[in-house]
Amino acid sequence: MTALRWTAATALALSLAACGGSDAVRDTGPNPELPAIQQSLVPTIKIASPAGWEGALPTVPDGFTIVPLATDLRIPRQMLVLPNGDLLVAEGRGGNAPKLRPKDVIAGYIKALGNTQVEGGDRLTLLRDADGDGTPEVRTVFIDGLDAPYGLAFVDGALYVANQDALLRFPYTDGQTAIPRSTAVEVTKLPSQVNHHWTKSLAASADGTKLYVGIGSNSNVGERGMAIEEERAVVWEIDRATGARRTYASGIRNPTALAINPWTNGLWAVVNERDEIGPNLVPDYLTSVQPGAFYGWPWSYWGKNVDPRPRPERPDMIARAIAPDYALGAHVAALGLTFVGNGALGAGYGDGAFVGQHGSWNRSDLSGYKVSWVPFANGRPAGEQQDFVTGFLVDGKARGRPVGVTFHAPTRALYIADDLSNTIWRVTPSAAPQAPAAAPS
Amino acid sequence: MPPRTLRTGLHPVHAILLSFPVALFPAGLASDIAYLNSAEIQWSNLSQWAITGALIFGAIVAIWAAIDALRSRDRSLHRGPMLYFVLVAAMWVLGLINAFKHSQDAWSSVGTTGLLLSILCTALALAAAWIAHADAGRTTVPAGEPA
Repeated sequence: MTALRWTAATALALSLAACGGSDAVRDTGPNPELPAIQQSLVPTIKIASPAGWEGALPTVPDGFTIVPLATDLRIPRQMLVLPNGDLLVAEGRGGNAPKLRPKDVIAGYIKALGNTQVEGGDRLTLLRDADGDGTPEVRTVFIDGLDAPYGLAFVDGALYVANQDALLRFPYTDGQTAIPRSTAVEVTKLPSQVNHHWTKSLAASADGTKLYVGIGSNSNVGERGMAIEEERAVVWEIDRATGARRTYASGIRNPTALAINPWTNGLWAVVNERDEIGPNLVPDYLTSVQPGAFYGWPWSYWGKNVDPRPRPERPDMIARAIAPDYALGAHVAALGLTFVGNGALGAGYGDGAFVGQHGSWNRSDLSGYKVSWVPFANGRPAGEQQDFVTGFLVDGKARGRPVGVTFHAPTRALYIADDLSNTIWRVTPSAAPQAPAAAPS
Repeated sequence: MPPRTLRTGLHPVHAILLSFPVALFPAGLASDIAYLNSAEIQWSNLSQWAITGALIFGAIVAIWAAIDALRSRDRSLHRGPMLYFVLVAAMWVLGLINAFKHSQDAWSSVGTTGLLLSILCTALALAAAWIAHADAGRTTVPAGEPA
């Protein structure tokens, strides 16, 4: 086992606090167990060191096939399928948070050991696999010269790209394989000072009139000061016609992926919660994003559970906090969300959501590092989260780390962006469909 | 053979190194107090760098003190090089714990525990310096005579 564990023997020997083990706490589902806060003197940091695939493939359930659709990308994050079936991949790495204290220097170095050494592409790549054989006939740099692009949306002939500092709109004509950067129109600037959590997730409302942007917090729990948390840990709603925006939800620590629930047409998100209060706190979550709602960050978690770290205390804010819908597990780093409706995948994967889990650093037994399936009924999570794609971890080493997940109903393909092996994986049912699959609404 | 004198104070380089924890631990204590009074995170950040600086220079001081203590004929824990070493070592170990404590986020970076550790580190640094410099300029003992 070569996974790196950073501990200070002297400090542990003095054992001012326990740390590490996660025991068997149920930290998934609508009512997760929330154990007492454990603050360890030395944060538990365990990073799975990277390993190559060496021809191996991730593991998928019986009846499914996985292939690497594209490799040698430059840090693929989120994806979008255009109306003609072309797949766009946003590539890049953002953030410019200054190192303010010794911990930033040390922890930053250790966490970087678990990431790719490739330089971010700051571009979109287009993949066209019209015959569906798993080998794209066309692969082009679709838009170059971007700044850590992440969220993507397509509405009514316009492609929206969320850079780490601005939302851009590009005119698109069906079949295009490249768009000049110069054709971009800036819809609005996005909060980008410090950009501790730099990813700007994006989704368009079902009727196409609104765009939603997920904007992560500028710290774990306010330790960079609350002044720079203005308009952070929020979801913005932007009127597509006028560019006017409002804060749609707040206290939502790091909403890394947004998607429209196909049954309710409501906005849903996966959200990364805070670190360093124990291996089972706080669960990352999947939730409907209620307009006007406050989800607690930084003062409380999972509703009104008080976090003692942020000061000044704000009981008035904690009183407003609501709990999210569904826990995905602590520290799993959920970064991808896509819905499957109308029984499109059949056999056990009829209605639900796929969640890409990048994987943990802040617990001794690694969590995440997989794509999970959350079954839905009546437009809400119904049942246990299950593993869908695994095999990213082998012997404590990471061969890949899933980020964005995108399901394309017409081809019944699930695309997975892997930002460690810089690969796009495609999962499809092995057998031909009995009847043409109906696209979700 | 010309008469020699035994130096009772610290080597000048050792004294200069010791001055860093003597200055930086109290500086960290002051910025801890400022943080607890204001919740302004920059004061906590300042404490963290002050403690880190104290530890870096304090490490060399502790090693030097250990060597002096081992070479000394006076093994009493109540005075001299051994007492000095114990104070410096305790200061450094508590300083390391304090550095980890201060690496926690927001209020947890200081809180009651961090403040207490900073007070202890400050007291130990000052006590070590007092022991080290107490004899400075006071006596020289002719070599070859019973001390």
